[in-house]
Amino acid sequence: MNELDLGKEGVTGINQRLYGLPKNTNERHWSIRNPMGQHAIACGLDAPLHVEVHGHVGFYCGGMNKEAELIVHGHAGVGVAENLMSGLVWIKGNASESAGATGNGGLLIIDGDASSRCGISMKGIDIVVGGSVGHMSAFMAQRGNLVVCGDAGDALGDSIYEARLYVKGKVASLGADCIEKEVREEHLADLARLLERAERKDNPADFRRYGSARKLYNFNVDHADAY
Amino acid sequence: MCGIVGLYLKNPKLQPKLGAMFKPMLIEMTNRGPDSAGVAIYRNPVKKNEVKFSLAHDDPAYDWRKLCAGLEKSLKCDATIRKIGNHCILVTNAKEAAVEKWLERHHPEVRVVGSGHTIEIFKEVGLPAQVYDKFDLDEAKGTHIIGHTRMATESAVTTAGSHPFATGADLCLVHNGSLSNHNRLRENLRREGMEFQTENDTEVAAAYMTWKLRGGATLKEALEDGIEDLDGFYTFLVGTADGFAVVRDPIACKHAVMAETGDWVAMATEYRAIAHLPGADDAKIWEPEPATIYTWGGHA
Repeated sequence: MNELDLGKEGVTGINQRLYGLPKNTNERHWSIRNPMGQHAIACGLDAPLHVEVHGHVGFYCGGMNKEAELIVHGHAGVGVAENLMSGLVWIKGNASESAGATGNGGLLIIDGDASSRCGISMKGIDIVVGGSVGHMSAFMAQRGNLVVCGDAGDALGDSIYEARLYVKGKVASLGADCIEKEVREEHLADLARLLERAERKDNPADFRRYGSARKLYNFNVDHADAY
Repeated sequence: MCGIVGLYLKNPKLQPKLGAMFKPMLIEMTNRGPDSAGVAIYRNPVKKNEVKFSLAHDDPAYDWRKLCAGLEKSLKCDATIRKIGNHCILVTNAKEAAVEKWLERHHPEVRVVGSGHTIEIFKEVGLPAQVYDKFDLDEAKGTHIIGHTRMATESAVTTAGSHPFATGADLCLVHNGSLSNHNRLRENLRREGMEFQTENDTEVAAAYMTWKLRGGATLKEALEDGIEDLDGFYTFLVGTADGFAVVRDPIACKHAVMAETGDWVAMATEYRAIAHLPGADDAKIWEPEPATIYTWGGHA
């Protein structure tokens, strides 16, 4: 394990060290100390690294990550794993708003609660939240799976496209064009796979599924109130 | 932008270090608000029959002794002053309303920035680090403190437009965000007898709270009514005699994070402000929910 001290090297110093590694590097394991809530820690990783951050991070941690596994032993600020491309971002504490925003692929796991707008405009990312998510989660979500083991706040899945939302607890309210849908075998299989990857013991059969009613895809004057 | 920070000490042993613990928190928020900064610190409670005023004048050489002597003579009271930067802490056994009236009549150039039994408010234009040094806050002892770093959007960069804004005895408000209905609300509050020093939106929110509290509302009720009547986006941090309260607008537009350990409770716009506190690495950290009132230290 290679150790990096953010207090000494700063965010840019650490990020440059990690970008500079060749894809086939043997130095795959990195540990970052003293994150001090700074922004943009370990953004833009582009190699199959395993990076662990010890402490709480600020905004946009792990954004645009490709291939790497990033573990944060603490809380994550706004926009964690924003635009995730592939790989894994795992937050062991809670996360602030807009977690996994616009993510294209990969997996984001949040052991605690996520705040509002979790998975906003998600485009293929899978997100597993051990606790609850806040209001406007999965707003305009296009693709991917959002799994919530706790409750969901108001306006879940507002103006959703084709993403799949699974909630075990209560949903405060559904957003425009978001409806409850039947849970079929393929959904149970997806859920089982994602819960297992997040090392969770929840039973897939306890979740309800929500998705798009597909009524807002094209403008229709009869639905003007819903836009 | 703007940054807000608050620190409430649960462990009384830390009280001598309040100012030193808070300094890096406020300075960390400099790039969210480099225009001006201010703090409200709760310390040195005065006797029951006394009242403490935080006064300010733009001239650092202003003759506060003369003002104090004039007050004692006119109102036949005792008064002491402590000059700190271009502010002055005045403690007197005269009636609060009488002092305010006297100041308005004889020293309209002096601004009353706060009053109560424990609160002291200091605010000034300039970088947070400079403002902090100017008011000797490094060594400050106390129970709790809230602060603001301002990036002005709604009104001019002036000391009067800096936060915190007083909202009544030992109460003050700092704000991150902007209000959209403050002009109309200011007119309505003027009709109710409230007075304004600036065109600032936060001053309207503070006056609204003051008006509600004077009408007999509890702090919690005033904040709940504020969620209905104040339009815009905001995170408010309200300092009270024995703690603080936090509330965010119903869609939680502006950032906010809370942290708690056995020794302290802290609130900030961004966690990096809290990261400087001892034990922050092991603190419980979460984001406050929208339209929900959080309070520490009772009172609400």
